[in-house]
Amino acid sequence: MLVSSRFHLRNIFQSATSFAAVALVLASVVLTCSQPVHALPAFARKYGLRCSACHESWPMLNYFGQKFKDNGYQLMNDRDAPIWQNPSYWPITLRITPFWSRESTNKVAVDNAALDATVEQKITTTGFNLSGLDILTGGTLEKNITFLLVPSSDETGAFHFESASVRFDNLFRSPWLNVKVGKFELDSFISEKRTLTLSGSGGGYQLFHFIPVGSGNIFGQIGDNQLGVEWMGHSYNDRTRLSVAVINSVDGNVDLPYGQNSYSAFIAGSHAFGAGRLGVQRVGGYAMFGQAPTTYLTNGGVPLPGTGTGNKSFSRVGFEGLFYLGSKLDVQVFTQHGSDDKWFGACFGDIITGTCDPANNNNPNGPGLPAGARNPTWNGAFVETHYIWNPQFLIFQRSEWVRMSQQAIPGTPSNLGDIDNYVFGYRYNPFMTSRAGFAFHNEYSWIRQRGTSPVTNTDLSTNSVLLGFDFDF
Amino acid sequence: MPTRMWKWSLSVAAAAVLALPVPSWGQLTQYDLESRMGAESHVGNVTGHAKDAKTAYRRYCVGCHGPLGDGNGENFPWVDPKPRDFQLGVFKCRSTPTGTLPTDQDLFDTIGRGLDRSNMPQWDPLSNQDRADLVAWVKHFSPRWTNEKPGAPIEIPAEPEVTAERIKAGRDVFARVQCWKCHGVLGQANGPSAATLTDDLGRPIAAYNFTEGSRPKCGDTDRDIYRIFMTGLDGTPMPSFADNIKPDEAWDLVFYLRTLMSQPSKAKAMAKQLGLKPVDPNAPAGQQ
Repeated sequence: MLVSSRFHLRNIFQSATSFAAVALVLASVVLTCSQPVHALPAFARKYGLRCSACHESWPMLNYFGQKFKDNGYQLMNDRDAPIWQNPSYWPITLRITPFWSRESTNKVAVDNAALDATVEQKITTTGFNLSGLDILTGGTLEKNITFLLVPSSDETGAFHFESASVRFDNLFRSPWLNVKVGKFELDSFISEKRTLTLSGSGGGYQLFHFIPVGSGNIFGQIGDNQLGVEWMGHSYNDRTRLSVAVINSVDGNVDLPYGQNSYSAFIAGSHAFGAGRLGVQRVGGYAMFGQAPTTYLTNGGVPLPGTGTGNKSFSRVGFEGLFYLGSKLDVQVFTQHGSDDKWFGACFGDIITGTCDPANNNNPNGPGLPAGARNPTWNGAFVETHYIWNPQFLIFQRSEWVRMSQQAIPGTPSNLGDIDNYVFGYRYNPFMTSRAGFAFHNEYSWIRQRGTSPVTNTDLSTNSVLLGFDFDF
Repeated sequence: MPTRMWKWSLSVAAAAVLALPVPSWGQLTQYDLESRMGAESHVGNVTGHAKDAKTAYRRYCVGCHGPLGDGNGENFPWVDPKPRDFQLGVFKCRSTPTGTLPTDQDLFDTIGRGLDRSNMPQWDPLSNQDRADLVAWVKHFSPRWTNEKPGAPIEIPAEPEVTAERIKAGRDVFARVQCWKCHGVLGQANGPSAATLTDDLGRPIAAYNFTEGSRPKCGDTDRDIYRIFMTGLDGTPMPSFADNIKPDEAWDLVFYLRTLMSQPSKAKAMAKQLGLKPVDPNAPAGQQ
């Protein structure tokens, strides 16, 4: 029994670390190739405002842009309805980034014929590539009825719906009553969809997608757009914002592929206040609480999508702040404390992306919980700084850390899966008009995850240099 | 010798002719702007400095109002109403008598409130300091601010209680000062003069339609409406009625205008109860 248990633990540990290594590389690729963002020259054309009116540097919103978004992509000037537009106006924006990059990963599993074994090797690649394509359409169907539709492809042209939502704004003439239905970004005012960092290894916010090594919980990724309904309210000048979203625990995947009755909630609130010459400061918090299935009916031993039961809980809570230190420098701070149920920690949960062994783990006759399994918990934070030389030139950096505070399986190294991520660069817009956006983008990033190399279970790290031309029209 | 003299004279004359346009080219030069960079604004306890607004103006305003503040930004051809020409130093929304400069507070409020039915949005998400700095920046475009002082804000007496008599009296004022000529008898901006209205620069301009539910450009409180017709909207055909309407009558007119608006109000409900009819332009004076 003891041997069996140890064997089981080792299997879990090995498969978990292997998965983590693959996941890190995959995440890098996915983030490089497809980072759907929302910066819409279509709005600039509609209202005759430059990108810089709404964006600190596109796609990152400034306070005015945030208010515009919170009003349902309306200026509230009684000219928002489509009836006021030239009939030929079509609210569509295309965004893609051709780039050159150098990516280097310190430990990649490769076959070694001489040793007849798999070994680890550093691999560095350079070359030209494309990001994914975002087709962003959004705006008003009628005054106070707005939509956002974002078909998005990866660099190969495989499409999905990144966003598809309709929103009823200012119900009963109150900015506190706005209801959105569909697939949408969760309402964190620090938005990964509008991040200024683009590279694969470290371009995205790690905390928005963090999954402990060996966990089967993909459902708590606040960076993924989700399916559900959201109430959002704000003060007239948008200084105070509150929102509550009820979403299916499907991580934004359509057709309810997991459970039938599993929901999560995302709650966010923030308040901004003036600080004299320093500028307007915003502080807030968020919380995500949810339940998602851990076991599934099977057919031939294989779990059946859509039959999930055995809902278990998870949570993500944290602080977010945006601090201006004068007109040129701002600092974003984001923290998270996360917790998954021990069943997720033992690799139950997701059966679609197959992170663990769905045939064994996710069916009622599977191995069950390992002895001593606990809820995996972690803490993390990032600090992102922007120095805005002028509206056309911006220098940025982000430093992010994730630390496991409790591993699910006893005996697991305490730092397994810890992440360190640093990225810095600059973004230059050679011109700025109310018609299109174009930026020369250059950044360097470095990311390390502890104990997740594919063969030796040592630290896995990747660094990247990216030079790209980011444009949207 | 005469030929030489003639050549000299011709050269001098040519140089003079060539030099003639220079003053007009130089209506506003970068030098002028730099010399006014010390412009300040004072809004409450916040002091705005033009020199600190350069980036904010470039970020938020230049697309419409242009680098020289003449309203000739890149969006000029596409927006209607056209962006304000700050060089003229003429502003619609003021608390000051017609023909005078607005106060810093007036400009500050306009930036925050925006102008409905135009491309000027509400910039209230900006910090008070940024808005005060932008006020100073707007002032530095026009020499009027160096040569004149803003007018004194008009006095607005306390708002009386709305009554049926006051609404009826307001209707009489509406008929007497012929608001209906532009705004129409029902406030639908379809009076006999409406189609011919132009602003001071000769551009067509629409009268305010009270019935479509939008906010008046210079604010939508009762005091704002009072202020609008007592100060006029400079640069537009909307004159000041300060010489034609007494303060008490002005409140009556405010109450009557409320009855034309689609937004619910106490005055509107009372007018409905009264069965108040619109003015009749064809009736004899005093019986409209």
